[in-house]
Amino acid sequence: MAVLTYRDALTQALREELQRDDRVFLMGEEVAQYNGAYKVSKGLLDEFGPMRIVDTPITELGFAGVGVGAAMVGLRPIVEFMTWNFALLALDEVVNAAAKILYMSGGQYKMPMVFRGPNGAALQLSAQHSQAWESWLAHIPGLKVCTPGTPADAKGLLKSAIRDDNPVVFLEGEMLYNVKGEVPEGEHIVPIGVAELKREGDHCSVITHGKMVLVAMKVADDLAKEGINIDVVDLRTVRPIDVDAISRSVQKTNRAVVLEEGWEICGMGSQVVDFIQRECFDDLDAPVLRVHQEDVPMPYAKNLERAAKPDAGKTIAAIKKVMYLD
Amino acid sequence: MSTETKRPVTQKPKDKPAARNNGADGTGKEPPKEFAGTTPELRRELLHSMLLQRRFEERCAEAYALGKIGGFCHLYIGQEAISTGVMSMIRPDDYVITAYRDHGQALARGISPRAIMAELFGRDAGVSGGKGGSMHLFDSQTNFLGGHGIVGSHVPIAAGVGFAIKYRRGNQVCVCFIGEAAVNIGAFHEALNMASLWDLPVIFIIENNRYGMGTAISRSTANEDVLVRAKGYRMEGETVDGQDVFAVRECMTRAIERARKEKRPTLIEMKTYRFMGHSMSDAVSGTYRTKDELEENMKRDPILLLHNKMYEAGELTEGEMHKIDDEAKAIAQDAWDFADASPEPPLEKLYTDVYTDTSS
Repeated sequence: MAVLTYRDALTQALREELQRDDRVFLMGEEVAQYNGAYKVSKGLLDEFGPMRIVDTPITELGFAGVGVGAAMVGLRPIVEFMTWNFALLALDEVVNAAAKILYMSGGQYKMPMVFRGPNGAALQLSAQHSQAWESWLAHIPGLKVCTPGTPADAKGLLKSAIRDDNPVVFLEGEMLYNVKGEVPEGEHIVPIGVAELKREGDHCSVITHGKMVLVAMKVADDLAKEGINIDVVDLRTVRPIDVDAISRSVQKTNRAVVLEEGWEICGMGSQVVDFIQRECFDDLDAPVLRVHQEDVPMPYAKNLERAAKPDAGKTIAAIKKVMYLD
Repeated sequence: MSTETKRPVTQKPKDKPAARNNGADGTGKEPPKEFAGTTPELRRELLHSMLLQRRFEERCAEAYALGKIGGFCHLYIGQEAISTGVMSMIRPDDYVITAYRDHGQALARGISPRAIMAELFGRDAGVSGGKGGSMHLFDSQTNFLGGHGIVGSHVPIAAGVGFAIKYRRGNQVCVCFIGEAAVNIGAFHEALNMASLWDLPVIFIIENNRYGMGTAISRSTANEDVLVRAKGYRMEGETVDGQDVFAVRECMTRAIERARKEKRPTLIEMKTYRFMGHSMSDAVSGTYRTKDELEENMKRDPILLLHNKMYEAGELTEGEMHKIDDEAKAIAQDAWDFADASPEPPLEKLYTDVYTDTSS
């Protein structure tokens, strides 16, 4: 298997799907001449030309709507947001148009499109640029929401997203773009809605997605040295959620910690815990705990930012608590 | 309930009609210039189209009062020359997108009155399967891309349709109907900028009926000349009398030519007037406009104007007018009967069309 960065895995997926289907095009701010704000679209303008790799003005609502219109009449747009923080301006088109037109039209107009870009916090970008939006987006019927945490999943899920006839929200991570990992050679597809058990252990389940998968893997390594073995369930997509994968793990370990990047109230973890209490009520040996960002806007100062973010230490503490070890 | 729905649209002009004139296709003298190259047959079709919308929507008001139509229901009465004029100029493979005041445009585009009324009644046979309602009429057969309920949100979508036409090197146009109150929302400006920047074949039609719900344009818009927005985006534009179906058609000729040949967008302001309240749950007049103003404007009923012109040209008798009107009423009645007898959507359809199976 080739070792690729998360960024290069995404670029490969884009290139392969652009080659495969001439209805596919990429649009967004700085995607063409500039090669992408995070270089995910590097080289694509040269290969596919300006009609398929389209630089837009800074006009998120506008170009999200352009994507919706193009998808309604049969193209397959990939709309890149420089970050999902800017996509708030475009949510009317994502939520009120893309997610609903199939339903409102009684099934007449499909919406084969992808909205993608980095989500969540990077380093010291402060409050307006450091937010994880998946629970907002996963709330909406009509959308699918992918949150790949590894290069292989980034490539495989993006290819699935581009081929899907429904609107897919694709949440990447600025801090993930340089992360390396093995990516299978050739056609590599990861189905939407299927979680992966990334690490196996009997003592506790850690259920997570996106950037926090890396944190969970580090936690698994650290705890293994203490003789504690955890399941790491990577949801990979948060709508639809693979409830069976969550149940299988929790029914085995009888304990669970849900780890996410976003805030606590109405976060993804709230939903996961709800599935657990419904599906695994009699299996639980301890209350399920959650690890998430502190309930504050992201501060700038390094120490405060560190304290606000979910991390390995907080996750280990939660695991030990549900194992009654602390 | 409105008073204008009871107003006869066949009010006689004061002067005695001229002798019957068959125009260029007959033996008589040339038809008036204002007929803009239309044939008598086409003029009858235009009259029929406008009357159908009027009679259909009068029944909508009645059905709303009886509780057969629910939710929000925005009537188009008073603006029919625009829908009819525009639709009579575009091709079946062109695209149409609009906001929530969409019944008239859907009828003028040729969508089945039965399917529209069934949609309004919330029935399975509705054009959107009963899932959209009044504000969300969609019909893929006629490239009618909706019926959108958030002011201005469909304007970028229209630009996207224009983008797709350009992407495929097609020569269709996308016609986008916009209320004048939407010119103050960001989506409108973002869309116009891209349409001009990228040379997209979109015709943006502002139906200026002077009120955004109950707020007069003078109270909402710093520059009431909405056409300056075209200049702001290096776009061609013009203002026309939206109560005159021939004026609507004429300016569409230029805009369509510009879109198909030069691949350039156009912004057209069509001046019109809303004879009804904003929606069926809103007052026709009152705090925001006077009854006098309403009555003054209703003298320029677009159907009356067309009827009078045809009558004066001697190509329409009162008997013929009544025949066309009776036909329109019969179609509206048939749509009502069909909708009323149609079953509601089966409950399992609650869960369909949220997602579609992916086959590609």
